Formats: sequence, structure tokens, C-alpha cells
Amino acid sequence: MKKQFDALRKRYTLCILVQDIPGVLSQVARLFSRKGYNIESIVSGATDRPHITRISIEIVADEMMIEQIAAQCRKLLPVLAVKVLDSEGSIHREIALIKVRTEDRDGREEIIQIANIFRAKIIDICKDSLTIAVFGTPVKNDALIDTLSDFSILEIAKSGTLAMERGPGTIYQELRDEE
Amino acid sequence: MKIRSTQAILECLLEQGVDTVFGYPGGTILNLYDELYRYRDRIRHILTSHEQGASHAADGYARATGKVGVCFATSGPGATNLTTGIATAHLDSSPVVFITCNVSENLLGKDAFQEVDITGIAMPITKATFLVRDPEEIVPVMRQAFVVASSGRPGPVLIDFLKNVTAPSQTVEYAPVPAILQGDRLPEIRALRRRLSAPQPDEGEITRLLEMIRQSERPFLLCGGGVVRGRASAEFLAFAEKLDAPVAITVMGGGGIAGDHRLSTGMIGMHGSHASNTACAECDLLIAVGCRFSDRIATDAATFAQQAKIAQIDIDQSEIDKNILTDLHIVGDAKAVLFALNARMGQMQHTEWKERILSLRPPEEAAQSGGTLAPAQIMDVINRIAPENTIFSTDVGQHQMWAIQSVHFRYPGQLLTSGGFGTMGFGLGAAIGAQAGFPDRRVLHLTGDGCFRMNCNELATVEHYRFPIVTVVFNNGCLGMVRQWQTLIYGKRFSETTLDRGPDFVKLAEAYGLRGYRAATAAEFEAAFRSALDCGSGAVIDAALNMDEMVRPMVAGGSPVTDFLLD
Ligand SMILES: Cc1ncc(C[n+]2csc(CCOP(=O)(O)OP(=O)(O)O)c2C)c(N)n1
Ligand SMILES: [Mg+2]
Repeated sequence: MKKQFDALRKRYTLCILVQDIPGVLSQVARLFSRKGYNIESIVSGATDRPHITRISIEIVADEMMIEQIAAQCRKLLPVLAVKVLDSEGSIHREIALIKVRTEDRDGREEIIQIANIFRAKIIDICKDSLTIAVFGTPVKNDALIDTLSDFSILEIAKSGTLAMERGPGTIYQELRDEE
Repeated sequence: MKIRSTQAILECLLEQGVDTVFGYPGGTILNLYDELYRYRDRIRHILTSHEQGASHAADGYARATGKVGVCFATSGPGATNLTTGIATAHLDSSPVVFITCNVSENLLGKDAFQEVDITGIAMPITKATFLVRDPEEIVPVMRQAFVVASSGRPGPVLIDFLKNVTAPSQTVEYAPVPAILQGDRLPEIRALRRRLSAPQPDEGEITRLLEMIRQSERPFLLCGGGVVRGRASAEFLAFAEKLDAPVAITVMGGGGIAGDHRLSTGMIGMHGSHASNTACAECDLLIAVGCRFSDRIATDAATFAQQAKIAQIDIDQSEIDKNILTDLHIVGDAKAVLFALNARMGQMQHTEWKERILSLRPPEEAAQSGGTLAPAQIMDVINRIAPENTIFSTDVGQHQMWAIQSVHFRYPGQLLTSGGFGTMGFGLGAAIGAQAGFPDRRVLHLTGDGCFRMNCNELATVEHYRFPIVTVVFNNGCLGMVRQWQTLIYGKRFSETTLDRGPDFVKLAEAYGLRGYRAATAAEFEAAFRSALDCGSGAVIDAALNMDEMVRPMVAGGSPVTDFLLD
């Protein structure tokens, strides 16, 4: 039987463990650009293991394409493990910083209330502006941003999405066995 | 033991059994060349006319010998001149270690003279690149590079040493490890090789494939480049004979099974034979060994082997289900998988099916004599007169297809051709590499007038090293393969494909100190060829062909393999 690939384009997160050596990020990112894929978000950071970095890449693609990119990624010398996560089997979080202009006291109060409803934090405040930090799923964060769009948003920065498999399974199970 | 860093680089080459390197010196790599001078009795350096020639020579050496090729170049333009050669090796999975030197650490990133980010440039066309900034990394990186190039699916690797790392004052700790390739004595190297090598074939998958074979009435076998690179021709032959099915080759598979074997149907794909392409369309089981189903094979992926279950045997997991969806795949080294299959497989019999397909093969008739010289006549002379184990290197175009269609390659490494990248100008460098690897074997370079113009500067290398390479120029006065497309698909608008210009290839050969011959009939060609083989030096035969000769058959890209545009 030929393998059936889901042709529907969906949001996937590719989690990749790499040795933390120069050039590795561009090596991984290149696999997407050569296929003409736009990376929705990319996060790179340390793990609990020394000299191992975790790169999380969010992308909208069909299943065949994501599997091919994952397979090509596994061939890169500094890549130690690759895991494809879809939105059902995994948890996703991102941080967003949102700077909003505050015209007067009432406006400020209203923004603070909205932030509280979203369990966001006010991390900077001055006479003319407020900066809110929100931690949550990309959907929740976008909802907050949408609500705040009634006000005058000055700047937004997002961390990009981190993802992890639900349950006790870990990406380390994908690690190639080493001697 | 403390030794100079450049010494460490060369000692690491000797560890790997390297005795020949191809290259071209320059400012940043001077320290390494200075060291090479001291090692000149142990490492032979072949100086080409151009870095591209050196890159193809190292590649040709690797393809012919099965060993890892080595190529040196300086920074900047030296390094970028390698890139076509690196990509050529990459697409055809040829193991080559490219060594370049870059500017010193203090100049890095400052657009210094002849600085280029070659590790960045080479990233997409290598298995790995290494930028060495610390002398202590030299030895581990050199050892890793050879493991990476030769393990699993082979391919090119590039190492870029900063010039300060190679300074004569730099010393590094070095503990000799002899015969590393045979023994892999170092645990970290062993671990790396294990990580990069193909897994043992899965017995469950073997069982399933054997079951599919038992159920098949019309099996068809495809010999890809993996059989050649994996030197698995003996196992492939045994498997083919047990399967008792027609066998086609891809361009890269030439030499994987003898071209005149009774089951052989010749090439498949765009210029595939009627027998191969029909078998592909009619078979109920297609077993592909070491083949990625490129668009030159599966001209139309949707209709490719439509009636068949497809089984793919490949060393590279990322090739599975990439171009063609498979019903079953076995990831592993061709030799190991075929060995496992053979061990458990009985003799099959597919007389009727086999007869049907094999009957489509054109009768082996002698080329017509007389008239103006035709490609078939050239090939006929070569097939009759060239020694049986002759190594053939080709360039790219019509002459390449004529050669692969009509020479009966018998062993892996006998055909050197740029299948994946289609690099015009590959042939002469590759022939030089093969001749350096096999001084006693005859090496023929079959080229077109367009390709030969690109890199004929390497005739200087042929002459200098006394390589008795015979170049046959299929001189049709045009970029024949492109012209063929223009004839068939572009309403005969011959836009920029006519090569009505010099040089005179006979005079050119003579200018390089080689023998030159001209031939316009089969008789002249035969006389020239015999004389060239005996002349004791390199030679060029300018063989005049009609402009409108075509490669037959032909299937247009995007069409099913049996929709012949040209019979
Ligand atoms: C470097 C490079 N440039 C362009 C091409 C496109 N191309 C493919 S075959 C061909 C014609 C080659 O002409 P010639 O060497 O005379 O061979 P012929 O087809 O006439 O036998 C060209 C231009 C290529 N494959 N490689
Ligand atoms: Mg030509």
C-alpha cells in the first residue's frame, strides 16, 4: 500500500535538536527556503543537555512536504533529533510584548483591565504608554492583540512558538543512538 | 607528538590512504603547499589548469576507484571555481573531500583580499562543511570529513582552514592512527560512522518484498546509481537472475549490470529504450535499487509505473516517497539488502513476460558502413576496438546519451558521467582523475564540441602528466541536445545553439603537444581511433557529424514514459 499523505495544509512545528555550533541555524533554515516555504516562526534556545540547542520552527505545509523537510533535516551532520508536531498532539506557547499608547487615565485603566482578563502583565508603564507581556497559546495572544487594536498599538514583539509533545514522551526518544 | 598543523593535515590524508590529490595553489593555501613540497614523495599532487578541472578530476577519481577523492584550492576565486564540481559530486553522490584555505582570523568578515564565505556557499551542495579556526580541530575534523564523505550515501565535504591555522609556527598534538578506513580504531570516529551508515536491512521488510515478488507476474528491476556507488553489482546480478525479470539502468546505474546481459533492456526514462519504458508501463512490480526516480526517469510522476506496486531500496531515508510514492521500501546499503534478499529467494520464472519485453529490444545490427560519419558508426568502432575494461567519461548532451545507449558497461566505475547535475565540461577532468587512479587502464573521454570548448584547457594537464587519454569530439557544430529540443518543441528556431566557430580541434590538440586527428567517415574514424590508442600520448579526434542527428527515442519531460516524441 502506498502511504497516504494528508494533502491539507496545516500548521506544524518542527522541533530539532542540534549541536550548538556556528552555522547550524542557517543550515536548517535553508531547507525551508529552498522549497520556497515561509517560516512562520523560529525559536532557538538551550535545553537541559549541554551543547544541545533546540530549534522550533513553525510552518504551514502539507504532510508530505513537512515529512520530506524533516527527513532532509535528519541528514544534516549537526542535527541530532527531529520531531514533527501537529497542533493536536502538542502544546504550544509564545510570549508577546505589546506596547500601547495611553491617551488619558481612563484609557489606561481600560487597557489594564483587558490585560488582567487575559492574565497578561504590565511590565512597563509611563505617562504616554504601557507595555504588556502576555504568555499563552498563539491563539490567545492574538485575541489579546485583536482586543487591544481598539487602542493605538505602538509596537509588538513575539517570541515565536515553542512546542512540546503532550504526555510523557520526549524528543530525546528520537535521538540517534550514539556510542 | 607535536607536529606542524600543515603536517597534521597531510598526515591525516596519509592515514586515509590518500596518495593523489588534485588542486591549484594560491595565497591563503601557500602554507599547505609548502608542506606538500616536503611530502611530495608520498603524496602526488596533480596541478590542473583550472580549479573546476581539479574538482572534476577528484570526483572522477572517486567514481572510478571507489575511494575518497581529494581536491585543494585557495580562497576566494579558487574556492568559488570549485563550486560546479562540488555540486556535480553532490548530485551524483560521489565522495570527495575539498580542502580550501581562507584568510586569517583577524581579516575574517572584513572583505579581505580573496575572502569568500565558501562554507556558506558550499552548504547546500555538500554533506557537511567545516570551518577550522583552531589548530586543535584539524585532526578530528580531517578524520570526520573522510567518514562523512564515505559513510551512508557518499558525497562531498568541504573543509576551510583559516590561513593562521596553517601558519608554520602552529603545532598540534598528533597521534598517528594507521589504516583508519579499514579499522576505524578511534571510538569517536567509529561512532560517527555508525551514526551515518545505513541501518541493517529490516528482515520484516525483506520478507514482505519476497512476498510481493512471489505474487508478481510481471516484475521489472531498475539499476540505479546506488548499485554503482555501493559496488553491489555482483549481488545485483544474482538478484536479477533469480528474479528472472527485465532489468533497466538509469544513467547513474551504468555499469551496475553488464549492458549485454540477457536480461538487460538498457536505459529507462527520457531517452530510455522502448523495452525499458514499456516494461515500466506494463509491469506489476517495479523494484528500484539505488534510484531516486528523478524527473529524467519518472518523466511524469503521476503515470509512472501506474500498474505496478513499487518497491524502493535506497540507502537514504529521505529519498523514500520523495519523487514517487512506494508500496514498500527498504532503507539500507544496496549490497546488504540484495545479499539478504538473495539469501532467502528462490529461482523465479517469468518466461512469457520476459520474452514480451526483451523482444522489444532492437536487434544488434552492425552500423551501416559508408556515407558521412554517424554517431552509431563512432560507437561501433569504439565498441569493437576499445579494450574491454576501458573507462568512459562523458560530457553532457547528445553524445552522452549515444554513449550510454550503446556502450555495454560491465563494472561499477566504468562509466563516469554527470547524471544529476548535467555538468558540461565534466568529462575531461573526470577522465584525468580516472587515469590518475588507474594508470594502466585505457580512459576514453567522449565529448561534444560545446562541452569540449568549456574545459579543454585541461589538455595541458593531459600532456604534462603524460596521460594517454583519448578525447573523441562528437562534432556536430552545435549544442546538439538543445538543438534537438528546438527542433522538436520550439519550431526549429535555433536560438544561439549553432557553434559555427573555432577553434580547429586538431590544431588545438597539437598546440597542447598532443596528437590531433580528423575524421569524416567511419573508415577515417577507425583509422584515427586505432592510431590514437597506439600513439603513446593523449590525443583528440575531431569527428564530424551532421548537425541534425538526434538521440532516439525521446520522451518529453512531463509526458508518460511511453509517449515517445521520437521513436
Ligand atoms: C554548464 C552547462 N551549461 C549549459 C547546459 C545545457 N546544455 C545541456 S546539453 C547542451 C549542449 C551540449 O553541446 P555539445 O557539447 O556540443 O554536445 P551535443 O549535444 O552536441 O552532443 C547544453 C548547452 C549544461 N548542461 N551545462
Ligand atoms: Mg555538439
